[in-house]
Amino acid sequence: MSKLILNVSPHISGKRTTQKIMLDVIIALMPAAVASVIIFGWRSLLVIGVCVCTCAASEFLFEKLCKRENTVYDLSAVVTGILLAFNLPVSIPIWQAVFGSITAIIVVKQLFGGIGQNFANPAITARIIMMTAFSGSMTAWTSPQTSDAVSSATPLAAASKNITDSMPSYTDLLLGNHSGCIGETCALALIAGGIYLIIKRVISWQTPAAFIATVAVMSLICGRDVIYQLLSGGLLLGAVFMATDYATTPPTPFGKAVFGIGCGIVTILIRFWGNLPEGVSFSILLMNILTPYISKITRSKPLTGGAEA
Amino acid sequence: MRLKGIRIEHKKNTAERKPVRMEIPETVIVPMQMHIGKAAEIIVKKGDTVKVGQLIGKAADGLSADIHSSVSGKVAKTDEITASDSTKVACVVITSDGKQETDETIAPPVVNNFESFIAAVKKSGAVGLGGAGFPSFVKLNVNDLTKIKYVIINAAECEPYITSDTRTMIDKAEFVFKGIAAIRKYMNVRRFIIGIENNKREAIEVMKKYAADDKDVKIKVLPSQYPQGSEKVLVLNTINKIIPRGGLPLDVGAVVINVTTLAFIAEYLETGMPLVEKCVTVDGTAVKEPKNIIAPIGTSIRELFEAAGGLKCEPSKVIYGGPMMGIAVPSLDEPVLKNTNAVIAMDEKEAALPKTTPCIGCGACTMNCPLRLDPRAIAKAYKLNDKESLKLLCVDICMECGCCSYVCPANQPLVQTNKLAKRKAASLNSKPSA
Ligand code: SF4
Ligand code: SF4
Repeated sequence: MSKLILNVSPHISGKRTTQKIMLDVIIALMPAAVASVIIFGWRSLLVIGVCVCTCAASEFLFEKLCKRENTVYDLSAVVTGILLAFNLPVSIPIWQAVFGSITAIIVVKQLFGGIGQNFANPAITARIIMMTAFSGSMTAWTSPQTSDAVSSATPLAAASKNITDSMPSYTDLLLGNHSGCIGETCALALIAGGIYLIIKRVISWQTPAAFIATVAVMSLICGRDVIYQLLSGGLLLGAVFMATDYATTPPTPFGKAVFGIGCGIVTILIRFWGNLPEGVSFSILLMNILTPYISKITRSKPLTGGAEA
Repeated sequence: MRLKGIRIEHKKNTAERKPVRMEIPETVIVPMQMHIGKAAEIIVKKGDTVKVGQLIGKAADGLSADIHSSVSGKVAKTDEITASDSTKVACVVITSDGKQETDETIAPPVVNNFESFIAAVKKSGAVGLGGAGFPSFVKLNVNDLTKIKYVIINAAECEPYITSDTRTMIDKAEFVFKGIAAIRKYMNVRRFIIGIENNKREAIEVMKKYAADDKDVKIKVLPSQYPQGSEKVLVLNTINKIIPRGGLPLDVGAVVINVTTLAFIAEYLETGMPLVEKCVTVDGTAVKEPKNIIAPIGTSIRELFEAAGGLKCEPSKVIYGGPMMGIAVPSLDEPVLKNTNAVIAMDEKEAALPKTTPCIGCGACTMNCPLRLDPRAIAKAYKLNDKESLKLLCVDICMECGCCSYVCPANQPLVQTNKLAKRKAASLNSKPSA
């Protein structure tokens, strides 16, 4: 008779796996990907493809080299690739996209120990590094449907300079018909993705809700156009997909709310009083760094009935 | 406050089937340790004739339990077997003569006060039949009876597959309420709460019908969320009190007793027949005809499966109890124990667990822990050998329910780590601090 398996309980396991979670995130990103092709043309697909392939390949090769277990199958590198591409302008030179992807996976993720161990979001950190290194091409905003990179202002930049005549209508903001990064412009697609992830319980609503609400309230207090602040720039992309990254954000609902509010405040500070028109990436990175402390403070108290050990 | 648990498939396939009594096996192996505490001492020897209900293992002093023969026949040998936790346990092997003659000394106990009630419970050999195996007479022997505000009857039966408690409520409802009456009389308790998960409709109906005539009894229908039946969760969800760290239900005025244990005690008071057989749910993907089987204690699991129509295939894993907290057994020769409420045989597919992948820091483990522990932080502290942190993280209160492991998308062995971490944290206490 064959040997019976002996292991510690439990003997059954839930259906959810890392791979399935990542697959859901990829599905949630698809509407925005489709929108980007419609808005910016086929080149956005090329950039997404390059980032995804480079991320997956970097992960595979690095893990081979370090003799770590291969984790490409968990699809997290694919998610990072899509998210990075979403944060780049469509006119980005391919070699720069490759550089960014390698940075994201190897420097930000793998050097810190791989999935779950990194303290900062790989896509965001790589984007910030690229903005510093390639400031020219990273801010060469392409107007929708034209392929030449003319410097057309993003709505946020326009709003911050009060150039009202070059600002798109609310409808255009919802549809994404304005300049910006590949995946950040179509608010509808991002909202759809967010709802999908919340329904599938991949992310919890607290982070995006706290982030978005903070931005809304602060814009209102500062007398800015709330809708513009919400729908333009990288807010939705950041709030739904990047401020909800597992390893780099707190686990409890309260912690998530604190994280989201922090992101909102920093975003507004940068947008209104900083030198940069956009602050979402920086705010998330900053809050990533604070995450261990937030997690510690907001950790749920074990039910000990008040008794001390 | 209400404690939430996780939703898992119920698989209560056998809830509607009346338990069947299996044929008496040729031999039974009766271990002397089927309870928490000290092993009983064998008082028979090879060649002795024994009858059903005869004492064969005498309880040691303190926390222990009497053990009785489940068949009539001859003692073939006294031996040692390896228990499922790989410790050696003394056992009595009895060859049945098939006659099932009852021991002459068996008669209903004379009970007229608390002391004689506890003495009777002790003589019955009762232990926590929900799986815990805690000697019942010790649990009920409360020094100060005024401390008991409630008796909570645990009928949650939250593990998948298991329906033996459900069947007790349906088939032995009368005894459940006789048990309540006995506790009321001898222990002077006025409030009884029967906690049942809402997926046991028939049992709830029966219990409600009986409770209609007894205003001291409240039926508390609980959501079907695992681990509803664990003591801490049940106490919180029935009387809204948290058992303090390292404490007992009695610290919040409650005594928790499993419904089958209670019914058995009542039956014993009427017949005097000690605990010699057990209703066991036999189920799992490898079992041909899942059902509840009444088996003599000491019956081998192999024969139990035969009574359930045999196995469809070579099982890949066999467990005592439910799939969330059950114990995997090394072989089909293991006997049915007093506290065996189910035996599950899993085929290859059911037994296969997803591969362990790196932790992604999703926090699902801590968000699904009924006691709000942080298994990820515990695992980290354990790896770093950080005993102080383990204490701060309260690993000692972990009830090993398995919710964290179940929901972990990376299938990290969190329960296993918690078990080890508990031991490590405990070793901190035993050493004098420098
Ligand atoms: S940490 Fe312990 S009590 Fe919490 S879910 Fe895991 S096994 Fe259950
Ligand atoms: S559930 Fe698993 S993967 Fe998620 S944080 Fe806990 S241990 Fe890590």
